[in-house]
Amino acid sequence: MAETLLHVNGSDHHLQVADDEMLLYVLRDRLNLTGSKYGCGEGQCGACTVLIDGRPVRSCRTFAGSVAGRKISTIEGLERNGRLHPVQQAFLDEEAFQCAYCTPGMVMSAVGLLASNPRPSDEEIMRGMNGNICRCGAYQRIVAAVRRAASEQAKTKAELLGHSDKAGGSR
Amino acid sequence: MSFDSELLQQSPERVQHSFTLSRRELLKLVGAGLLVCAVDSRAMQESGARTRGGEEDRIPHDIASWIHIGADNSITVFTGKTEMGQNIRTSLAQQVAEELHVPVGTITMVMADTELCPFDMGTFGSRTTPQMGTELRNISAAAREMLIDRAAGQLGENRTQLIAVDGMVKDNSNGRSVRYGDLLQGQQLVKLIPDDPPLAPPEQWKVAGTPVPKLNGREFVTGGHKYTSDLARPEMQYGKVLRPSGFHGTLASLDSAEAHRIPRVSVVHDGDFVGVVAPDPTSATRALGAMKAQWNTPQQISETDLYDYLRKNSGGASGGGEGGGRSNSHETGLIESGMASADKKIESTYTVAYIQHAPLEPRAAVAEWNGDKLTVWTGTQRPFAVRDELAQAFHLPEKNVRVIVPDTGSGYGGKHTGECAIEAARLAKAAGKPVKLQWTREEEFTWAYFRPAGVIDVRAGARSDGTLVAWEFHNYNSGPSAINTFYKVANQKIQFHPTQTPPLRQGSYRGLAATANHFARESAMDELAHAIGMDPLEFRLKNITDPRLRAVFETAAKRFGWGQRKSSASRGFGIAGGCEKGGYVATCAEVVVDRDHSVRIARVVEAWDCGPVVNPNGLRNQIEGAIVQGIGGALFEDVHFANGRVLNPHFSSYRVPRFGDLPSIEVEIINRKDVPPFGAGETPIVGLAPAVANAIFSATGRRLWAMPLVANGMPEQKAARS
Repeated sequence: MAETLLHVNGSDHHLQVADDEMLLYVLRDRLNLTGSKYGCGEGQCGACTVLIDGRPVRSCRTFAGSVAGRKISTIEGLERNGRLHPVQQAFLDEEAFQCAYCTPGMVMSAVGLLASNPRPSDEEIMRGMNGNICRCGAYQRIVAAVRRAASEQAKTKAELLGHSDKAGGSR
Repeated sequence: MSFDSELLQQSPERVQHSFTLSRRELLKLVGAGLLVCAVDSRAMQESGARTRGGEEDRIPHDIASWIHIGADNSITVFTGKTEMGQNIRTSLAQQVAEELHVPVGTITMVMADTELCPFDMGTFGSRTTPQMGTELRNISAAAREMLIDRAAGQLGENRTQLIAVDGMVKDNSNGRSVRYGDLLQGQQLVKLIPDDPPLAPPEQWKVAGTPVPKLNGREFVTGGHKYTSDLARPEMQYGKVLRPSGFHGTLASLDSAEAHRIPRVSVVHDGDFVGVVAPDPTSATRALGAMKAQWNTPQQISETDLYDYLRKNSGGASGGGEGGGRSNSHETGLIESGMASADKKIESTYTVAYIQHAPLEPRAAVAEWNGDKLTVWTGTQRPFAVRDELAQAFHLPEKNVRVIVPDTGSGYGGKHTGECAIEAARLAKAAGKPVKLQWTREEEFTWAYFRPAGVIDVRAGARSDGTLVAWEFHNYNSGPSAINTFYKVANQKIQFHPTQTPPLRQGSYRGLAATANHFARESAMDELAHAIGMDPLEFRLKNITDPRLRAVFETAAKRFGWGQRKSSASRGFGIAGGCEKGGYVATCAEVVVDRDHSVRIARVVEAWDCGPVVNPNGLRNQIEGAIVQGIGGALFEDVHFANGRVLNPHFSSYRVPRFGDLPSIEVEIINRKDVPPFGAGETPIVGLAPAVANAIFSATGRRLWAMPLVANGMPEQKAARS
C-alpha cells in the first residue's frame, strides 16, 4: 500500500493503492468511473482504454501506482459543459455501436488516435484501432465515425482560426 | 421448424410459470393510470363474459406484455425481452408509437425485470419483431381505439369525428382535444382488450419504418449506462469462484489457509463449489490465487478425435439436451434412383468447429439477499428461466426471486443460462452482503457453453441441364436449424443425428445450426455447379421456386456485379444464400489469396428480406454486424481443447474479427410491405461462410470443407478428403 496521487479528468485523488492494483479497478470500483470496461484483462480487447498524458493505454494492464501524478482521462471526462466530444457525437451520429460495451474504449482510442493524427486515412484508422474489439461487428460504422469526428474537429479548428477548411488535409 | 424443436435447441431449463399478480398489485407497482393488456380474442369470445374493455381482477396467464398510460400522459411499456445490442428497445418503442399515436420520446420501455414484466420465454430465435412487436402493435392499437371511445363518451362527441394524435384525442370538426392521461380522470384501470384491432398497414407507417436513433444512445457514448458489471449496491463485496482443473472436475482436496489470512476475505466452500468474497476485486483475485486445490477430472475427448466421436456417438432416436435436440428425418422420392439419374454427382463431408460467442461483457451478476428474498441483476437472454434456476438452486418459491437485466453487453445466443447468477447468489448468501461476480475472459471462454461442432455428409446429383435430382444430407450434432433444402429436388433424404454426449457443453449461437447447414448446402451446390460446368448463380436460380429467395440472389448478384469479373489465382468470387426464421439472404464475397497463402475478404454484398422494415438503420447495423461476426466463424474462430481443458481461452489465442479483417460491406434491403415482419438478428450470418469458401475455390481451385476455413492460411493440400 502506498499513498498515491491520481489525477483523473482534472481532479486529484489521494488514495492508498496496493502494488498489484490495476488502474481499471481503481477507476471503476473506487472512483465510480465505470465507463471503462473489463473485457479481457490482458490488453487484447481495448474495452478498458483510457488516456495517459493523451496517449491510449490499457488500464487493465496498468498498475495504478505507475501512473501517479500523470494526466489520466476517461470517457467520463470527455463531455464539456453538457456537450459531447466530437468523437462521442460522431459515434452517436453514425450509430457506431450495438451493445456498446466496447464503445467507451473505442471512443478513447479514437480520441488518442486523432490527437496524434488529426486526419487519418481509413487504413490508418483501421490500423490505429486494431487493438479494440467490437464483437457486434460495428467496425465499418466506427471507421465512419472516426472519419466524421476528424472532419468535424478540422472544421472547428478552421473556424477558430478564422478561415475555411480548404487546407484541411486530403485523404 | 416447430417451436418445440426450436426451444429444445435453445438449451432451455424447465419452464414453469405461475403468474400471481392481481391488477391491484400491479397498479401498486405502476401507479394511477390505465393498464392495457391484450388477450387472445378467441379466448375472449369463448369465455363469453369478457367484452371489449372488460375489466378483470386476475390477469390471465397468457399475457406477454402490457402498456401503462399514466395520468401525466407518460407511456410505459413492460416486456420481458432483453436489450443486448439488437436495438429492440428502440424498435419496439417505435411500434408502440406507431399505433398508440404518441411521440416515440414519450415512451419508457421497462424490459426484462421479472417482477414488473409479464412472463417471457426469452430473447432468442429472432422472435422479438414478429411476436413481441406484433403483440405491442396490437395492444397499442386497441388502447388507442379504447381511448377514442372514452373521449367520445366524455366529450359527448360523435366518435367518427375523433382522431388520436400526439397523445391526445382530437375532434377534427372543432379542434377540441383531450390528453390521454386526462381521459382517465385519476382512476386506476386495468383493461383487457382483444388482440385483433385494426393495425396500420406497413405502407402507412410513420414512426415504424423510419431510422429512429437508439433511444438511450447518449448514455452509451458517455459511459453512463450501467451494465450489470457496473452496478454497485450498499456494502457490496466482490466475488471470485475457484474453477476445476478441467470439465466435470470434482474437488479432491482444498487448502485455503493462506487465503483466509488475507484481511477481510472470506472463503466459501460448499461441496465442489469454492469461492471467495472480498471488499475489492484485487483482494478477491489475490485470495483466489492463494487457494491450493486438487481436482479429480475424468478422461475426456480431445479435439483430435472430435469429428469421429460426433459421428460414432450419434445414437439416433432421442437427442441429448442442450444443443442437440431430437433427431429428425425428412424423406421424399427415392434417393438412390435420383442419384442413378444424375449426370454428375458429388459426395462431400463438411465440418464445423466448436466456437465461442465471446460477448465483450463476460457473464456478470450482482446478487442481494433480503431475508429469504433474492434479487439478482444479471445479463441474460432468459430472465425468467434464470429466475427459475435461482429458485431451484436455493429452494425458494419463485415469487421470492427477482431477476433484473440491465441492457447487456451482447449475447449472440450465449447468455441463456444463470450460472453466474447462481454463483453470485451463493457467495452473497455466505457473505450476508450483496456480491458482484464478473467472470474473467478465461472463465467466459471455458465455462460458458459453446456453439456445437458438427459433421455434415452431403451426397447429391444433378443433370447436365442443371436440374437437381438427388439430395442426401446428414448432420451430426450441429443441429437441425435450416437443415431442409429450399431448392426444388424430387429425391431427398435429410437427417439430423444428435450426438448423445457431446464432448463440450454446447448451446445456442446466433442462427443456431443454420450457419453449418447453409455452409454445407451452399458449398455442395457450388461443387455441383462446377461439376456440371454451370455458373453457380444460374444453377441455383434454376432450382429455386420461392420468388423471395430468387429476389435476394438476383439483388445481391446485381449489386456485386456477379459474373462481370473473372477470378484469378489471387482473387475469387463466391455466392451463397438461403432462408430461415422468415428472413431471406444472399451473400456475395470477393476474397484475395496472398502469395503467403493468407486469405482476406475484400468485399461482401448481402441482400436481405425480412418483410416490412421497422428500423432501417438498426436493421443495417444488425446485418453488417452479422457479416463481421460470420467472418470469425468462417475464417479462423476455433476452440482448441484437450481432455477437459480449453487450450486457447484468451483473445490472444482465440482470434476474433478485428478492424484489420473488415471487408467493404454493402447491404441491400428489400423492404417488402406485403408480408408480416420477421426478425433479423440471426439469419444474416448464414451466407458469409459458404460464399467465402466458394470464392476461395473460384480463385484457387481448392475446395475447403472445414470451418474455420483458413485458421492458419490455406491448409496444406491433402491427398484425400477426410
